Amino acid sequence: MSLIGETMRPKLELLDAELVTRILDEAFELLATLGTKVGDPEAVELLRSADVAFEDAVARIPKRIVQRALESAPHEFFLHDRSGNPVVHYGGDDVHFDPGSSCLNILDSETQQPRLATSADLVRLVQVAEMLPQYTAQATAMVCNDVPSEIGDWYRLLLVLWYSDKPVVTGAFSAATLKIMIELLAADSGGSEKLRAKPRAVFDVCPSPPLNWSGFAAHNMVELARAGVPAEIVSMPLAGATAPVTLAGAIVQHAAECLAGITIHQLAKPGAPVVWGGAPAIFDMSTGNTPMGAVETAMLDMGCAQVGKSLGLPTHGYLVATDGGQIDAQAGMESGGSAFLGALAGINMISGAGMLNFLACHSIEKLVIDAEAISSAQRLLNGVEAARDTLALGMFAQTGLHGDFLKLKETRSLFRREQHFPSAVIDRSGDANAPGMLERARWRVQELIDTYHKPAIPGEVEDALHEIALREAGVFGMKSLPEIEAAEVHH
Amino acid sequence: MQATYAAMRQAIVDGAPENAVDLAKQALVEGITPLDAIDLGFVPGMTEVGEQYAQHKMFLPDMLASAEAMKAAMTVLEPELKRQGEARPSAGTVVLGTAKGDIHEIGKTLVGTLLTANGFSVHDLGVDVTNEQFVAKTRELGADVVGVSALLTTTMRGQRSVIETFEREGLRSSVCIIVGGAPVTRQWVDEIGADGFAKDAVSAVALVKNLLEHRLVSHR
Repeated sequence: MSLIGETMRPKLELLDAELVTRILDEAFELLATLGTKVGDPEAVELLRSADVAFEDAVARIPKRIVQRALESAPHEFFLHDRSGNPVVHYGGDDVHFDPGSSCLNILDSETQQPRLATSADLVRLVQVAEMLPQYTAQATAMVCNDVPSEIGDWYRLLLVLWYSDKPVVTGAFSAATLKIMIELLAADSGGSEKLRAKPRAVFDVCPSPPLNWSGFAAHNMVELARAGVPAEIVSMPLAGATAPVTLAGAIVQHAAECLAGITIHQLAKPGAPVVWGGAPAIFDMSTGNTPMGAVETAMLDMGCAQVGKSLGLPTHGYLVATDGGQIDAQAGMESGGSAFLGALAGINMISGAGMLNFLACHSIEKLVIDAEAISSAQRLLNGVEAARDTLALGMFAQTGLHGDFLKLKETRSLFRREQHFPSAVIDRSGDANAPGMLERARWRVQELIDTYHKPAIPGEVEDALHEIALREAGVFGMKSLPEIEAAEVHH
Repeated sequence: MQATYAAMRQAIVDGAPENAVDLAKQALVEGITPLDAIDLGFVPGMTEVGEQYAQHKMFLPDMLASAEAMKAAMTVLEPELKRQGEARPSAGTVVLGTAKGDIHEIGKTLVGTLLTANGFSVHDLGVDVTNEQFVAKTRELGADVVGVSALLTTTMRGQRSVIETFEREGLRSSVCIIVGGAPVTRQWVDEIGADGFAKDAVSAVALVKNLLEHRLVSHR
């Protein structure tokens, strides 16, 4: 019996072909007529030299120039782990997940109350994410409030590089620190050329809605393109506030912002890797909040990604988050539901797991719970496999009507492919007195931390990272490096 | 010899009946006694499988394959034991069946398979078993444990009825009665005065071992 056969990968698209065309037509028209603000002098110069007309810092970019950028933008690329293995594939319908990025607070494991996050919290989160295969990439997930805010962005990256082998989804808070972050990554890779050849990190870059490539954002795009470090455009239309209220209208704005960003990026360095990404959301008309767990937000992510895919570009979205402040049924429902939708949309990188309170707070317990939803979503993507010869007849031929399938060789050889086995976070005891979700999640966190081992980083790489960190931290009067010098530095 | 024992253990862990049979034959050729082959070779394999199951590293189909391998090895070793006028000391005698009116057997059969693989003498009465059949078989064998399975909340009442029949027949104090099945809860076990229940077949083996150990202690 041929046991392994063909599988149709399930996929969910919200837009028909005609609507995708209309969205892109309006996005091109927006850029050509209304235009986009561009704040960075270098980006302005790049656009001008490509015959883009400017008026009061607003660039009106003709369709043909955008199309040229789309032709040179790569349709796929990889992020690599520390050993240089290509582990995150940006392209096609491959789906990866990483924790949410850059929040200020953590939901304290003991008290379950939010407090400012520290280096130790980030290290703990990185250790847990390192142990969970559901997270193909790490994120610079929290701002460490025990270091000066001026170094907050690169210090997060340093800690992730120090405690993880996985690729990293990150981002810079200023032009000056972007340079330091690229320097850290180059040191980690063993030089700028190695970093370019096998990038380990992707940088989120956020245009300001609507249609404003600020000086910092545009500068980021130019610098990243030149360094050969992938840029992930995180366009954030808020439907009804900073973007049209209709989902389709917000998707048009998202497309226009991405197209403008890609144009700047590809003018700086044709062929540099770039991602059609975003964190769109609806604007809640009753509270003024931006619900990340709303179904319309997931629909925006799905629609935006579909438009990017129609252009053959790698995609990103922001899901698997909840808007409540605690780990409860709502958190499970919103995070799990959006994990499934994002996966079915084939979004290459889905950020947001572990986050609560409109992306303002992380929870390590939630990160392990979300990992279970992600596993289920990944199982769903693996689809229903059809054996080449018979589906059931071959097995019935052995059992007859007795129904003793548990003893069949096929059962034993195939059940691991057919069934996903959740961790103890998922309770299948049916016991009304079983430990609750939070308690199970706490156990799981502890189990993962207990089995975590710090990666073996070559001595010269540790030294180089340490040297850069000491030099830059010293500028702000820091004499020690939290969570770095506690760990052993190789000399 | 140690290598043969290790290979026996592995044949059980792998759930490989053919290997188990070959190794059982090889053991006899090497002059290993059938009892040593069982106790030092094959049984440690079942123990390891039980441990791996508890750690979610092995699953029911693996466990059944291991039990099949154990059974295959015993088909070689048991005749030799008899020929030598010996018998493997039984860990205990268990009578199993699904309650009257209930025809579900997977759970009960699994329990029986694993108990057998762990050295118990198991007599499976099948499904839709009357109270009288349970009593008669227990009497005939002098069984230590009776297991009554039920999948339905309606037939679960039959478990209480079996216990009442054992009480009427004056047999209740000489046998442990355990119950199983999806609807069974601790509360139900206490209510009907059963001696225990287990959430799955592996725990059932531990439960039976535990019950018999305590009985031995209380009889001393």
